[in-house]
Amino acid sequence: MEVADIRKHYGDLKAVDGVSFTVAEGEFFGILGPNGAGKTTTLEIVEGLREPDSGSVTLLGAQPWPRNAKLLPRIGVQLQASSFFEKLTAREQLETFGSLYGVPPAKATEMLELVGLSDKANVPENKLSGGQRQRLSIACALVHDPDLVFLDEPTAALDPQARRNLWDVLRAIQERGKTIVYTTHYLDEAEILCDRVAIMDKGRILAMDTPAKLIRGLDAPTRVSLERGSLTVAEAEAFQGVDHVQEDETSLTISTREPAPVLSALAERGALDGLQVRTATLEDVFLNLTGREYRA
Amino acid sequence: MTAFKSLSAAMVKGFLRDKMALFFAFLFPLMFLVVFGLLFGDAGGDKTKIAVVGEGPVVTALDQTGVLEFEKFDNPDQARQKVNDGDLPAAVVVGDGRVDLTFAASDQVKAQTVVGIVSGVVDKLNVAATNTPPAFEFAAKPVEDASLKPIQYLTPGILSWAVAISGVFGSALTLVSWRKKQVLRRIRLAPVGPTAVLSSRVLVSVGTALLQGLVFVAVALTPPFGLKLTGQWWLAIPLLILGTMAFFAIGMLVGAFCKTEEAASGAANLITMPMAFLSGTFFPVESTPPWLQAVSNAFPLRHMNDGMLDVLVRGKGAEALLLPSAVLIGFTLVVGFIAAKVFRWED
Repeated sequence: MEVADIRKHYGDLKAVDGVSFTVAEGEFFGILGPNGAGKTTTLEIVEGLREPDSGSVTLLGAQPWPRNAKLLPRIGVQLQASSFFEKLTAREQLETFGSLYGVPPAKATEMLELVGLSDKANVPENKLSGGQRQRLSIACALVHDPDLVFLDEPTAALDPQARRNLWDVLRAIQERGKTIVYTTHYLDEAEILCDRVAIMDKGRILAMDTPAKLIRGLDAPTRVSLERGSLTVAEAEAFQGVDHVQEDETSLTISTREPAPVLSALAERGALDGLQVRTATLEDVFLNLTGREYRA
Repeated sequence: MTAFKSLSAAMVKGFLRDKMALFFAFLFPLMFLVVFGLLFGDAGGDKTKIAVVGEGPVVTALDQTGVLEFEKFDNPDQARQKVNDGDLPAAVVVGDGRVDLTFAASDQVKAQTVVGIVSGVVDKLNVAATNTPPAFEFAAKPVEDASLKPIQYLTPGILSWAVAISGVFGSALTLVSWRKKQVLRRIRLAPVGPTAVLSSRVLVSVGTALLQGLVFVAVALTPPFGLKLTGQWWLAIPLLILGTMAFFAIGMLVGAFCKTEEAASGAANLITMPMAFLSGTFFPVESTPPWLQAVSNAFPLRHMNDGMLDVLVRGKGAEALLLPSAVLIGFTLVVGFIAAKVFRWED
């Protein structure tokens, strides 16, 4: 999948302002950014739902716009809203969506199992919880066994437990050899799930790489924090490799670019009570790129 | 299973599980049929109530005409006062060899009817009293005329109206809710054409219309209503189908313009309610002013109604279908074309 310099402007608003990226087969690719960054519009252009003002998209060797009926069976799209038929049960939703692709009804059983909804097969869609509905929606996007799957904010508005359940589903899909492109505004989640991420803001991609490389590229210090009182500021500053020490009412925080000697020194002193080691996250990457705090 | 079949099945299930939709398609129009059917059931003229003073063969003969109802008074002045007050149209005071009739001049029609009846009865008794044969033999007998009993025009009218509301509401609400919930977008991302989607929805509407026809006619045929079908009632089937298509097209047009279900059902009401009243759903169009009859010709419901009346209760044949069918097909094509032009997949 290849996206080359796509742009979409609505009047003065540059929703997508020159976005390019490629996604390899089998890759789990995340498009991150706050609301209004242009993630959804980018995804809609890639899926072939919108025509870009300029630029080109190639999916599996074909153009998605104008609507390409040959390409459609090979891509699966989960939409932001829970788009279901009225009054149908979970199984019936899957059967109906499957039939649009000529998939036999039996496939519904397999999909229900994949997303862990086997026991909810006969429950009407509107009686499912938010997380269950989201999983059903993903199952509907996968029912025809597409090669390329697009998920638009699948974990938005879910409670932490439901989010974690969904992560398992997403990993299971990746294990089936699918290429996944997904958007999220949870940076921590993308860090865990994605092979590669693109960080978007104001219609542009600010950075794109594996989460680990992006974080390493920051050259941000590791921060080791301890319970206040287990060590004095002067003692901590004496350790090898310490950049900076800070103390507040509850804890003492040591910033270092060489965590190994600092940690072993702490271990020698037996000062490991309440120890927390915090490395940089994608949020720090975002902060570094935009100069502002990340707010989903 | 093909997309067409499974979409139809999905919509039938959705419809059968939607109690509100079922209510508005079947029970709601049926309520009108029951209420109006029973309300107008023994219509055919109310008896006229008059004040009567006295007894005798004249009063007995008046009673036997079967069109007058009496309010008895002992005092002629009391009876006349009732007429003066405008409570009753006439007062008959029967004295010894004398009949006095006082009538209100305000309601000429009613008053002249009473005058005619009373003078007729008195003349007849006078002739009989003379014991001479009458100079002219007078014979009167009733015939069934072309005007219809209420149930005869209510059934086709309410059936057409029911088809109209489920057609317009069904297509408009489906379109709006599918667009809002992005089901349309989801379908667009699947390799199915709009024809399969549209035709499956039309099929469900047509099925609903035929079922409505069956239910309403079956109810109207039961004794309390006493509908009598004449001629080739099955000619109603093509009308039900064509009518559904025309109203479906109107619903598509409504659905193209409305963003929410609330707006769509408001707009659908705005179209179907006046159309129902002006098209002879609840009363015969013939009894309305000529300008209104002219206006009603603009509505597809009026023509569907006329066709239904002709084939269900007026005993007419296939030739009665020509004009209504042409109008309904024309409506379907024109409105359908406009609806297709303004159709939007998403907001």
